[in-house]
Amino acid sequence: MNERLPVLKTYKLFIGGKFPRTESGRARALKGKAGRLIANVSLASRKDFRNAVVAARAAFPGWSGATAYLRGQILYRAAEMLEGRAAQFADELNAQGTPPARARREVADAIDLLVHYAGWTDKFPALFSTVNPVASAHFNFSVPEPTGIVAVIAPPAPGLLGFIAAIAPVIAGGNTAVALASPDFPLSAISLAEVLHDSDLPGGVVNILTGDLAELLPHLSTHMDVNGIAAHGQSDETHRLLRENAALNIKRLALHPATNLSGDPYKILAFQETKTTWHPTHLR
Amino acid sequence: MKPVPRYLQHSPPVDAVGITERVARFKTRSIKAATKVSGLKLALSMLDLTTLEGKDSPGKVRQLCRKAITPDPADPSLPHVGAVCVYPTMVATAHKALKGSGVHLASVATSFPSGLGTLAARLEEIRYAVGEGADEIDMVISRGRFLAGEFNYVFDEIAACKEACGTAHLKVILETGELHTYDNVRRASDLAMEAGADFIKTSTGKMAPAATPEVTLVMLQAIQDYHERTGRMIGMKPAGGIRDAKTALSYLVMVREVLGPDWLNPDWFRFGASTLANDILMQLAKQRTGHYASPDYFSND
Amino acid sequence: MAAKKKNKKATVAPSPADNRDFRTGELYAPAPEARDHATIEARYDLFIGGKFVPAENGKVFATVNPATEETLSEVAAAGAADVDRAVAAARKAFPAWSRLKAAERGKYLFRLARLLQERAREFAVIESLDGGKPIRESRDIDIPLAAAHFFYYAGWADKLAYAFPGRNVAPLGVAAQIIPWNFPLLMAAWKIAPALACGNTVVLKPAETTPLTALKLAELIADADLPPGVVNILTGNGSTGDALVRHPDIDKVAFTGSTAVGKRIQKALAARGTPHTLELGGKAAHIIFDDAPIDQAVEGIVNGIFFNQGHVCCAGSRLLVQEGVAGTIIRKLKRRMETLIVGDPLDKNTDIGAINSRAQLERIRELVDSGVREGASLHQSAQPLPAKGYWFAPTIFTDTAQSQRIVQEEIFGPVLTISTFRTPDEAVDKANNTPYGLSGGVWTDKGARIFGATRALRAGVVWANTFNRFDPASPFGGYKESGLGREGGLQGLAPYLHLLP
Repeated sequence: MNERLPVLKTYKLFIGGKFPRTESGRARALKGKAGRLIANVSLASRKDFRNAVVAARAAFPGWSGATAYLRGQILYRAAEMLEGRAAQFADELNAQGTPPARARREVADAIDLLVHYAGWTDKFPALFSTVNPVASAHFNFSVPEPTGIVAVIAPPAPGLLGFIAAIAPVIAGGNTAVALASPDFPLSAISLAEVLHDSDLPGGVVNILTGDLAELLPHLSTHMDVNGIAAHGQSDETHRLLRENAALNIKRLALHPATNLSGDPYKILAFQETKTTWHPTHLR
Repeated sequence: MKPVPRYLQHSPPVDAVGITERVARFKTRSIKAATKVSGLKLALSMLDLTTLEGKDSPGKVRQLCRKAITPDPADPSLPHVGAVCVYPTMVATAHKALKGSGVHLASVATSFPSGLGTLAARLEEIRYAVGEGADEIDMVISRGRFLAGEFNYVFDEIAACKEACGTAHLKVILETGELHTYDNVRRASDLAMEAGADFIKTSTGKMAPAATPEVTLVMLQAIQDYHERTGRMIGMKPAGGIRDAKTALSYLVMVREVLGPDWLNPDWFRFGASTLANDILMQLAKQRTGHYASPDYFSND
Repeated sequence: MAAKKKNKKATVAPSPADNRDFRTGELYAPAPEARDHATIEARYDLFIGGKFVPAENGKVFATVNPATEETLSEVAAAGAADVDRAVAAARKAFPAWSRLKAAERGKYLFRLARLLQERAREFAVIESLDGGKPIRESRDIDIPLAAAHFFYYAGWADKLAYAFPGRNVAPLGVAAQIIPWNFPLLMAAWKIAPALACGNTVVLKPAETTPLTALKLAELIADADLPPGVVNILTGNGSTGDALVRHPDIDKVAFTGSTAVGKRIQKALAARGTPHTLELGGKAAHIIFDDAPIDQAVEGIVNGIFFNQGHVCCAGSRLLVQEGVAGTIIRKLKRRMETLIVGDPLDKNTDIGAINSRAQLERIRELVDSGVREGASLHQSAQPLPAKGYWFAPTIFTDTAQSQRIVQEEIFGPVLTISTFRTPDEAVDKANNTPYGLSGGVWTDKGARIFGATRALRAGVVWANTFNRFDPASPFGGYKESGLGREGGLQGLAPYLHLLP
């Protein structure tokens, strides 16, 4: 018994760049092999969700107004930090049920995906912008602009790669996010919050909640200050609910199967609005 | 360069595309029937019938004056034109020919058309023309000075010309074709009105482009703003390039809708033109007789 | 109340033409566009599978000239059975149409564009008769732009592979398209042209009050020898539209209309997840900074709110003026309003035509009355209004507050609210303070501020130093509750295609 007793981490929520406990004071025991307690995971409430939306809204002007270069730098910084903590993330995935080899591969893929999106921030606008040759003396151009606040539902698995595949295109495009972690991999999401926090990502750009999806879904999908929902690996029934509730304020929806984890600029485009600007042109 | 004087701070920027679009919309006004007849007669009464050629002679000027007094002998109900416009040395001939007719007598002066004489000579030319009987003087501004930013110089030369005019009305020719931008046209208009112009006028007619509806609109808006600010009415004279009755009517529509009916009067609006008269007469004949007219039936003077 | 009273007072009979004098400031003599070569049949059937057929239940409804309240024609009212027939015809036509050589598909659209140009005047007259808009607009804007739209998308048909980098494209199938009454033919072109260029087939439902030009377009479609069923046109009311969007065999819905109906459609499509584009309401802010080109800005304000009687989703209905120029702008605007001629839509000099329907007129009156009740100051043009038909005088409200209904709700009429601001930040805050996000306007002479302000506005179309300009090459559509997806331009292709990795 001279082995040192490890200090366990308390997994809290990530809202507005801070790590609060859920206001509800509730937690769910996450059990590992042989029923051993891994951690008590915060069970976020609708009020936590509401607070996260407020934080995301506050962060939106700054993040959407930041240069694409800066957004890319920050995402790349997150990849660097993740690389440095790769072992920790692999262990954590393992503890939540991912076999060790697969966990290591998943962390590597997650880092690479983050790097991929870091590189998109200052390129996708060139891909999706147009100069429109109108039949009058006007200069007319269309550019993508971020939609606003996007609620992100991470796929059930894989725990880390899935979460990053869900949030990266949203924030790479300048949106702010309120993300719901997979119920099976809440620890990876909250640990990623630490990485994001250490990467100079402004508070509120990504907010992460752990909890019961079924409980939060009605609030998430009806919140009038949420502009879009990206859901990954959800059931047809959930899709239907999201679509119906989206009609309340014309939320933009991107509903992906859990298997669709590839880097893709069209996933960035899903939460971009096209703005067209007209201006007269003349020399006189 | 001297600082921009206070009065120029009133000059708002002008958007050229907006001006073009507004003019296009004026041109969609369709003037028919009684409105057309009254408009054409009005345009006739606003004509500054002009001859400004090196070969001008007393004989030519006398013929022009006859036309000014009685534009169409076939229709005695028509008004006489607003004025006859000639070079200073032709003023005496015109003065005699127009006596008692009510037709005003305008003379270009101030080293027309370039304005590049000495200021003393230019002022002397005004005094000469007025002495010969001109009651309206059409001066040119120093465009080179204006474009060099010497606004105070241009202001002072206009003020000096105004003084030299005495009781004669002063029309200030901006020669908008040389000012090029609408911002310059607006600024020159504001400057001319502040310096004492009774009329502002687009062009000498000696270069293209002369009057266009676009520069005219910019100047009308300047007149409107000046009137709002000071209560003083300033006249407007587009000159050169207005050759047909339809174009003349679209100018009148513009005056009517920008400045209002108070300006629809030869005291406040003139056309500087020579060939326009016959087209107006032909259109009036068409309205009167019901069939299209031939130029053979109208005098070339 | 005050608004109604004012309107009544302004209603006078026009004076006899022979007394008109250019100088007196009276109206111009009448200059009516000839309507003799525009034929309107006494009755129109549905256009299904390339043929004109009556509604299965035999029902018809009248379409009325809003300027005279006279019936122009009777039009078939499509029921559920007709929706079935039209969707089936579109479904049947889809395989051949979508597999047709793309360049050939394009040529059909080019042909349609030309046919429309050739008969432009006839379409313009009918558009003005049926919808009440001035002939100046239908002749110079609606019809030429509709033809331009067909011409533009015709050229895309064989170039789709270049439009979306890294993606393969495929048509969606049968598109159900529902359009509003404010730009009847133009909206039909906005819907049909990109759908067909991308290889879809179409069932289009024009608005109940303005069905005629869509039915005339059906004649052109037949003249152009488009394969039967590629375009089907169903006239009817809201229930026809409802049956169409709920039809199980449609692959796409495109809707232009009110936000309320757009939300209902989105909800109705939730179960099947049918792709949809929505072009909905707006309450655009129109911002005038103190360094603006003032007279052009006034004209921009006029185009922004009085174009098409204000029946424009992207109308610049909320004017925000910097305090230093507010007095000048309002004075000039009032002057300009007195030169706007309200009256016979077919008169070439008419600036503002008839309100599209009695229902819309009542809605405008109701909202204007609420503005007066809520304390805003009303000013209306003193120009005379015709005695018969649906008319509303150009109207502005000053002393408005963000909390008033007239400032928040889409009026869809010639009614402008004006408020002032002190700083650019305040202007942008007020501009974005709305659930809508369709369009916006900015007037300033300062280049950096143009880009700064246009960027800060949360809206899909921003006009800087101009307003209410449209072009087929220019994408159009809203942020937030103003809609989903874009129409026009390259971006307007995406809603009619599967983008496959």
